[in-house]
Amino acid sequence: MAFTLLKKTTNIDFVGVRRYAYALSLFILLLGALSVVWHGGLLYGVDFAGGVMVQVQFERDVPDQQVKSALADIDLPGLTVQRIGDGGRDYMLRFSAAAEGATENLRANMNSALSQRLPDNPVTIQRLEMVGPKVGSDLRNMAVEALFYSVLLITVYISGRFEYSWFAAGILAAVLWAVVFAAGYTPVGRMWGVAVAMVITVIMTWRLRLNFALGAIVSLLHDVFLTLGLLTLLNREIDLNIIAALLTLVGYSLNDTIIVFDRIRENLRNIPVKTAAADMPSMGSIINKSVNQTLSRTLLTSATTLAACLSLYLLGGSVIHDFALTILLGVLIGTYSSIFVASPILLAFGDVGQYHRSQQAESYEKPGEHGVV
Amino acid sequence: MKALRWRLVLSLAALVAALVYALPNMPAVADSPLGGLLPQSRINLGLDLKGGMNLTLGVDVEKALQNTLTVSGQDMRDRASRDGVNLLRPRLNAEGLLDVVLPKTDQAAAFLKMLSEWYPDLSVAGESDSAAGRTFTLTLSDAARRQAEEMTLEQVVRTIRNRIDQFGVAEPDIRKQADNQVQVQLPGLTDPERAIQIVGQTAHLEFHLVRDDIDPRSLMLPPGTSRFPSVEKNGHEGSLVLDTEALMSGEGITNARPAFDQFGKAYVALKFDPRAATQFERITGDNVKRRMAIVLDGKVYSAPTIQDRIAGGEASITGQFTTAEAQDLAIVLRAGSLPAPVTVLEERTVGPSLGQESINSGILAALVGALAVIVIMPAYYGLSGIIADLMLCFTLTLLMAGMSGFGATLTLPGIAGIVLTIGMAVDANVLIYERIREELKLGLSPGEAVAAGFSRASMSITDSNLTTIIAAAILYQFGTGPIRGFAVTLSLGIIASMFTAIFVSHAIFDLWMSRNGGKHISV
Repeated sequence: MAFTLLKKTTNIDFVGVRRYAYALSLFILLLGALSVVWHGGLLYGVDFAGGVMVQVQFERDVPDQQVKSALADIDLPGLTVQRIGDGGRDYMLRFSAAAEGATENLRANMNSALSQRLPDNPVTIQRLEMVGPKVGSDLRNMAVEALFYSVLLITVYISGRFEYSWFAAGILAAVLWAVVFAAGYTPVGRMWGVAVAMVITVIMTWRLRLNFALGAIVSLLHDVFLTLGLLTLLNREIDLNIIAALLTLVGYSLNDTIIVFDRIRENLRNIPVKTAAADMPSMGSIINKSVNQTLSRTLLTSATTLAACLSLYLLGGSVIHDFALTILLGVLIGTYSSIFVASPILLAFGDVGQYHRSQQAESYEKPGEHGVV
Repeated sequence: MKALRWRLVLSLAALVAALVYALPNMPAVADSPLGGLLPQSRINLGLDLKGGMNLTLGVDVEKALQNTLTVSGQDMRDRASRDGVNLLRPRLNAEGLLDVVLPKTDQAAAFLKMLSEWYPDLSVAGESDSAAGRTFTLTLSDAARRQAEEMTLEQVVRTIRNRIDQFGVAEPDIRKQADNQVQVQLPGLTDPERAIQIVGQTAHLEFHLVRDDIDPRSLMLPPGTSRFPSVEKNGHEGSLVLDTEALMSGEGITNARPAFDQFGKAYVALKFDPRAATQFERITGDNVKRRMAIVLDGKVYSAPTIQDRIAGGEASITGQFTTAEAQDLAIVLRAGSLPAPVTVLEERTVGPSLGQESINSGILAALVGALAVIVIMPAYYGLSGIIADLMLCFTLTLLMAGMSGFGATLTLPGIAGIVLTIGMAVDANVLIYERIREELKLGLSPGEAVAAGFSRASMSITDSNLTTIIAAAILYQFGTGPIRGFAVTLSLGIIASMFTAIFVSHAIFDLWMSRNGGKHISV
């Protein structure tokens, strides 16, 4: 016989604790921001900052200090030595390349330095990644562009999907495109163009009264920024894999939000059309009801994904470790945000009357037409 | 009822097709007699799993264009003297354009006529008058420039492929990329440093006369001479003053091989084609008792004194070579020089043992993740959970089949994509089952609840998965190789999971309900 945990619909007052939730989010966000400031910006991995990363394995355990002092003889600017994995055999060395193509004698130099100073402990180079400044900046641009297009497409999709106003979504897309395109030709560059585009998205969805779209976008940004902040707090470097993980999260964390928002709209539509303003249930109660009704599926879908990610994080090996960590954090934050942030934030944008009226409008689908989970 | 039968048949057909494409990836199946009957396309492993080296080379195309201009300039001088036009020696200016000076300004019209007639690829970028005469600044026309760039890149790719083939790496992948870049992928490499040497060496060989009459320490060198770095016996760098213009270049080399002298020291023996052999004979004959420097990529390797005219078209490069170095130099000289210098912009190398480790830990993570999900689902949904588990296995088989069918490359992030798919694939089942539970609670019979659950959930599942597919599509568009592998596995996994959850499991539930008259369900 199946479990009955959560089989009965719960009745938790999620909206009531929203201020604590906001405070918690803000706190983590601030902590992340502080750590970004503390580090003087995001920690870029070699993919974006350029430089060299070498993973070496010694035959036997060796203390960090010995590795570092053994390498002191050769010129490796900004060398950091980090122990990875269990035991003291595996190390990750990072340094900035003096010039492009400087890896030519790098292996020989490192091998000879290490074998001289640690003669009875042979070392093998397991992995070497060298990214020159040119490729680094190319990859950075590529990542920014990828982020932008995902924000653009997903915003358009959300506006169209939640509000059934593809026209507004089209305008939004055109404006965003223009902003970022224009920013590419100004000194501020694409990076800030993308930031401006996000702000514009938020303002426009607000002005166009695309409340569900706004809620979804806010929770999306919430998820991405919190994850980034936590990664910086944990001293993780942002590289291509992390960007891939973040983009995946953007797509995945919307799933839960879509489910809850659909339920809210269904519950709104179920209020008879001619309900007097006084008899109208509060928006808070509708949101609470919807979140509670969908709680078990939100938790279970996240639980299975988390189980898989946790296994990847714990067993997936050193190379994929940070990627798995990002997804793990992101899924946790995403689940939290679709319960505590995305839905309650709808309250800030309008009262129940407004939502109710908008759900009755002609342009909207009828219940069931589009499927509601 | 008939419709249900067809849906079940279609599901079964999909399963068989998936198995046909997925099974050859298992070594045990591929080696059995059955393996010969199944399709041969497999999942390729990326370099990050197989081990190997991925290089991005930047080609200094500008240098090649300048060479083209220099050659045109030399040619132009000969042509001009034939046409009776007086020209000073054309030379490259600081911006890499060709300056041609006409001492007699009244010959400008004749010069321009010659230019348009014989050198359609060149265009005049500017002209100025000075005491020396009129200076025309020439540049390559846009069309010629594009063509030269294209040819340079093609030749770089061809030359590198030649070199790698001689070096002996299985299945190298060398291709042009945007931005004058060339990507070189070398799987399963044991000596990355040597490979970089072989790929990246320009191998531009020249013979210059040594100017022993000039004190190498003097600060000001006479025009037409330059200081070249040289490789000395003890490995230190020295320098020599040489004529700037080369006596001949190494273009006519037909063969180069490593050899050993009587002391067992390695050197590279060269053989010239007949034309170059004649030229070599002439220049050695003209310069007996003088020193000739052998300059490779701007560095003097040796500068022997010419004892006598050298006939027969053979020469040798001695220097401080190890055996491996002599072998590698012979390879690059044989394969030809690169038309332009290249720099390594990016290198990513994974050793074979780390690659295998990544595969093992990736498989372990996938198995444990799958096991966790397979336990959670029946614990929560009973019999329906077991159907979800079966669907998960089906999804993974489809994913493997899809990757084999498309010949997709499995990378380490790709493995992560598979593990994520395991976690996300059952999401669709969860949504459907929760809806069915809700409908049951509203008092619907199991049969009705199943019908309502599937019809209401299907569209939402598609919608919510679409956002993940959008993200994956963007990753594919912008990502590098390993990330693309992730995007591919993730999208294939999601599409496969939607198919199994919405179509296959619906058919199974309908079969279940039709067997018990829609009266019992375990969800």
